[in-house]
Amino acid sequence: MAENVANPSRPTQAMVFVLIALLPAAGLGVYFFGLQALLIILVTVTSCVAFEAIYQKFAKKPITITDLSAVTTGLLMAMVMPPAIPLWMPVVGAFVAIIIVKQLFGGLGKNFLNPALAGWGFLAVSYSSAMLESYTYPLAGWLNSGELASATPLYRLNTMGVPPVIEDYIVALFGNVPGAIGTTATIALVLGGLFLLVTKTISWHIPVSFIATVFGLTFIMGEYASYQLIIGGLMLGAIFMATDPATSPKAWYGKLIFGVGCGVLVALIRLFGGYAEGMAFAILLMNLAVPLIDRIKGFKRRRAI
Amino acid sequence: MKKTDFSLVRKGILDDNPVYSHALALCPVLAVTVTAINGLGMGLATLAVMLASCLLVSLLRKVIPSQVRIPILILICASFATVVRFALQAYFPALDDALGIFIALIAVNCIIMARMESFAMKNSPLNTTFDAIGMGLGFTLALFLIGFVRELLGSGTILGGLITLPEAFPRTAVMTLPPGGFFVLGFLIFGFVKFRNRFLSGDSKKPPVKPKGGCASKACTMDCGEGGAPCNS
Repeated sequence: MAENVANPSRPTQAMVFVLIALLPAAGLGVYFFGLQALLIILVTVTSCVAFEAIYQKFAKKPITITDLSAVTTGLLMAMVMPPAIPLWMPVVGAFVAIIIVKQLFGGLGKNFLNPALAGWGFLAVSYSSAMLESYTYPLAGWLNSGELASATPLYRLNTMGVPPVIEDYIVALFGNVPGAIGTTATIALVLGGLFLLVTKTISWHIPVSFIATVFGLTFIMGEYASYQLIIGGLMLGAIFMATDPATSPKAWYGKLIFGVGCGVLVALIRLFGGYAEGMAFAILLMNLAVPLIDRIKGFKRRRAI
Repeated sequence: MKKTDFSLVRKGILDDNPVYSHALALCPVLAVTVTAINGLGMGLATLAVMLASCLLVSLLRKVIPSQVRIPILILICASFATVVRFALQAYFPALDDALGIFIALIAVNCIIMARMESFAMKNSPLNTTFDAIGMGLGFTLALFLIGFVRELLGSGTILGGLITLPEAFPRTAVMTLPPGGFFVLGFLIFGFVKFRNRFLSGDSKKPPVKPKGGCASKACTMDCGEGGAPCNS
């Protein structure tokens, strides 16, 4: 987020707006997945804030946990967690996100990867079976019985090849499907995204080019393009994660290139890759390309030398 | 330089540790340290090659023409690397399988090249021996520690199944992959520098100062060869 020069320990307006925009989807996640989801969100946010404070204390830097950036990272990471993972895993993810990815590279605004996604990626590669098999059925009761869901909609469609029916579209739109805590409620995420667009917290370039590319490619491949948009983490990633100003290009054409790149990678991973969901790895890979994209000088004619 | 300088051993392990101080030979460091035993084996094999080739180079240093010294050094190093490789294949075939191509690549190990060219070419066989032992032990220690941590976190075993931690201990698969090597190396360098600055007296306590004139000047205490590593110890 843009640096607040006057007082670095006060949250910027953008940070507050992102948190507000995330709340409906997170709330629906808690509604669908019960106490477990709430616990994961609390543990993730708390450990992110704690790691930030611990690091800044030991590095003898001003402690800036009140700028809410660690809270935002924690909430974003909790929202891509499956609802039934053991509670120590988000703590490990928070360590990777805050200490390794964010603070060791210079803190807020200087991270080269999205911290929340990097934490998720570390967990997904390290504990792949636990991360894959911890999805539960929604609305299984407040004290979730812990019955594990056989497959998320993404897995059913892209790995098992089961085509969706009309009812699938509707439940996926409202989030009543197995999935990561904050990614299932597509409508809430889109509303949050519209709020961010109206308040000019994010620009339209990345989400629109990202989502349009996924739609276009899956449409060409005949893989239920509109269903692909509402399942998995695509909306959360395109609206809230790919638009992080520290890890996305600055110019508008850079943003379009970034979004299209993310979209191509998501479509490729979903349709041909070993993972059912490609959102996180697509954004992480494009994060790495941002310094290169930022070097593109635009479409102005270059002066002849 | 003194006639016999034992402190060269200490220097190679602590002050000028090739991995933790200078980040040299990162390719074998990251590739073979999935387990502590592999790291130890790689380190000891490198130590053997380093000791033998540095000693031979030091004995021959007056007859090696400086125009063709690089091919001669590589020839010497490659010969000993081949000997060590055959010995490993004969007596430790499992270790040889695990280390794979990196045993053959000891022939072009940059630490050995640096010690041969910048130290053995200019110093007596005795001092060269101390230097090679120090550098080799420092390299072995570095590899062993990285391998130990990666094996503990990634596979949940200590020293190749000597102790296997219970199933409840999480196996972090990233630690067995190359990124895990970088994570562990980074944190170990951090710990090593902290340890060195806090507990070791002497010149290592002072902040690093690059002498005027860089590596060419007499004030530079590090042996950094022509166009070699920057003078930052």
